[in-house]
Amino acid sequence: MAVALPVAAPVAWTRVGPLEDMVRPFVLASVFWGIVAFAAGTYIAWELAFPALNLDLPWTTFGRLRPLHTSAAIFAFGGNALIGTSLYVVQRTTKAPLFGGRTMASFIFWGYQIFIVMAAVGYVTGVTQGKEYAEPEWYADLWLAVIWIAYLIAFGGTIMRRKEPHIYVANWFYLAFIITIAMLHIVNNLAIPVSLTGPESYPVFAGVQSAMVQWWYGHNAVGFFLTAGFLGMMYYFIPKQAERPVYSYRLSIIHFWSLIFIYIWAGPHHLHYTALPDWAQVLGATFSIMLWMPSWGGMINGLMTLSGAWDKLRTDPVLRFMVVSVAFYGMATFEGPLMSIRQVNALSHYTDWTIGHVHSGALGWVAFITFGAIYHLFPRVYGRRDLYSSRFVEYHFWTATLGIVLYISSMWVSGIMQGLMWRAYDENGFLQYAFIETVEAMHPFYIIRALGGVLFLLGGLIMVYNLYRTAKGEKRAERALAETFAPQPAAAE
Amino acid sequence: MSWFWDKHKIFETKLPVLAVGTLITVSIGGIVQIVPLFTIESTIERVEGVRPYSPLELAGRGIYLREGCYNCHSQMIRTFRDEVDRYGHYSLAAESMYDHPFQWGSKRTGPDLARIGGKYSNQWHQAHLTDPRSVVSGSIMPPYRFLNDDPLDFDAAAHMRTQVEVGVPYTDAMIENAAVDLRTQAANVDDENLEGLLERYPNAWHGDSDGTDEVTEMDALVAYLQILGRMVDFTDVRPEELVQ
Repeated sequence: MAVALPVAAPVAWTRVGPLEDMVRPFVLASVFWGIVAFAAGTYIAWELAFPALNLDLPWTTFGRLRPLHTSAAIFAFGGNALIGTSLYVVQRTTKAPLFGGRTMASFIFWGYQIFIVMAAVGYVTGVTQGKEYAEPEWYADLWLAVIWIAYLIAFGGTIMRRKEPHIYVANWFYLAFIITIAMLHIVNNLAIPVSLTGPESYPVFAGVQSAMVQWWYGHNAVGFFLTAGFLGMMYYFIPKQAERPVYSYRLSIIHFWSLIFIYIWAGPHHLHYTALPDWAQVLGATFSIMLWMPSWGGMINGLMTLSGAWDKLRTDPVLRFMVVSVAFYGMATFEGPLMSIRQVNALSHYTDWTIGHVHSGALGWVAFITFGAIYHLFPRVYGRRDLYSSRFVEYHFWTATLGIVLYISSMWVSGIMQGLMWRAYDENGFLQYAFIETVEAMHPFYIIRALGGVLFLLGGLIMVYNLYRTAKGEKRAERALAETFAPQPAAAE
Repeated sequence: MSWFWDKHKIFETKLPVLAVGTLITVSIGGIVQIVPLFTIESTIERVEGVRPYSPLELAGRGIYLREGCYNCHSQMIRTFRDEVDRYGHYSLAAESMYDHPFQWGSKRTGPDLARIGGKYSNQWHQAHLTDPRSVVSGSIMPPYRFLNDDPLDFDAAAHMRTQVEVGVPYTDAMIENAAVDLRTQAANVDDENLEGLLERYPNAWHGDSDGTDEVTEMDALVAYLQILGRMVDFTDVRPEELVQ
């Protein structure tokens, strides 16, 4: 049966104020760096499957590109999304203009992009502190500290000027993210430069203390950058998109304090059975398991916000991105405490299982909630009534979801297999496998993982196309999803 | 419970209270876990032999960091039978006490390197780093051919002085002899310079790695790999020294 497509609707415009104007560059930067991060990740995934792709050049080896990938994903894609949405949310929920105005917003924006470029150029040319997720050298760290303090002043100053008596819950999470990242960044990056004209430095902490400080930082980059900040996003954009109030205000209070108190203790689970003293390992594991509760409290609060609006999941793919992100959050925060149990960690540590776990959080939770927020914001910051195409959002959703499934399932299999191979003994009491045999066994899973990355990248490119047409003010001629799911009249007998 | 929700209103309406409350809440865990590591003496075992890196080893360590080796290699043998069988004695906190920063790693795409020192010859390392698949056919490691071509550009004395500032016990004699020690360790020589080097840095693995007279980045990286795990003589360690 041929279905007549509706004629493209005339472009509808809405008013763009200084607020939208201020947030637009962050949204664009987040999309741009997102594509860079997905592409870099996919490339290095292929390098692990086919090492000739390292190209025998210094700048393209896995060792130099992997920090580029992680920083682009966390700090550039995630960071721009967090700063942009927080400046939007704080102004909308306080009904006050940004403290410092446009000048402040531009300073934060350009300052942050300069930090990203400084860090990225450093990685490719081999300038690094050699600490995971804290690779930028002292000069870039100092610059970021300046930008971050400006950001704190802008955010806090806006709340001080608010016209509402209450500080909205999303802002608590954004504030905790900003304050805690400042603390972690400054303490973990304490270092003495070799010379003021050179990039090199030596961190003040060594050995076991260096390890503890680094994973206190590293795990809370997850806890506060990738969790608390994005929970702020969740607490604003899900209620907004679903047009429902937050499920429980009191649950959000408990969620907030328990999450920020417990998260900070979880770092030592990265150091089980190492030379870190046992008491610290046990503390880290205990708090990591306790962390399951606030994490799921937050998940329940996010999901239950859809009470009475679940039908929108069928017709609103933007809301679907947000809701599935919260589901992934629940899954990753169940898996995390499990992996922090010492006996489980004995198997999972040093393997791809950890990599899979990180990506179920990074792709499923962080990227999906960000995609949802970007799709929500983009028409608004460009003064368009609607996105170019809801169908394309749906294509993006399924492509990316399939990519994540390939990614995390291949990493579960390869990680658990490698862990078991390392500890296997033969009947004579010798280790059964040489290390290289465990590397060779990973090959098929590295290909599956890389294909997952390709799909995720492809989804990102579908988003870029959709946003580009949206910015031009176009509307695709397509049947609305609501129409597809509308009850059909019964066919005549 | 209603008193609780009433009292909580101060956090919801006063930004400074919320901000300070947050800062205190997020500070506690870190303070409890980090500060005792500096104050409890048994955190670092009392074993003999751990010394600062020689100038060439320190330069090599810089290259190890620069190339991001920690992305795929750990330097931390855990206390499991299979790891001890595969790599050697489990790692001690003392063994990385002069590592600014630590390089324990978090992933073993390649094997652990905490005790790689002395297991292979310099020539093997040079061949492996230049073209990993020429010696290990299934390897997925990137090639580091360029290390052979790049002369080492390293102001050893400046680096050692900075290390002193962060607490590494380099002596004045070590810093004075930095340039000579660096060249001596990368050469096939046997003279009084070598005696001085070995006196200052016991167990230093010396000799050329790249087949040229020039000191290259390859020489430095191999010297670093060759000292890993060789500072402490475990035949000489009593169990009570390992109590943490």
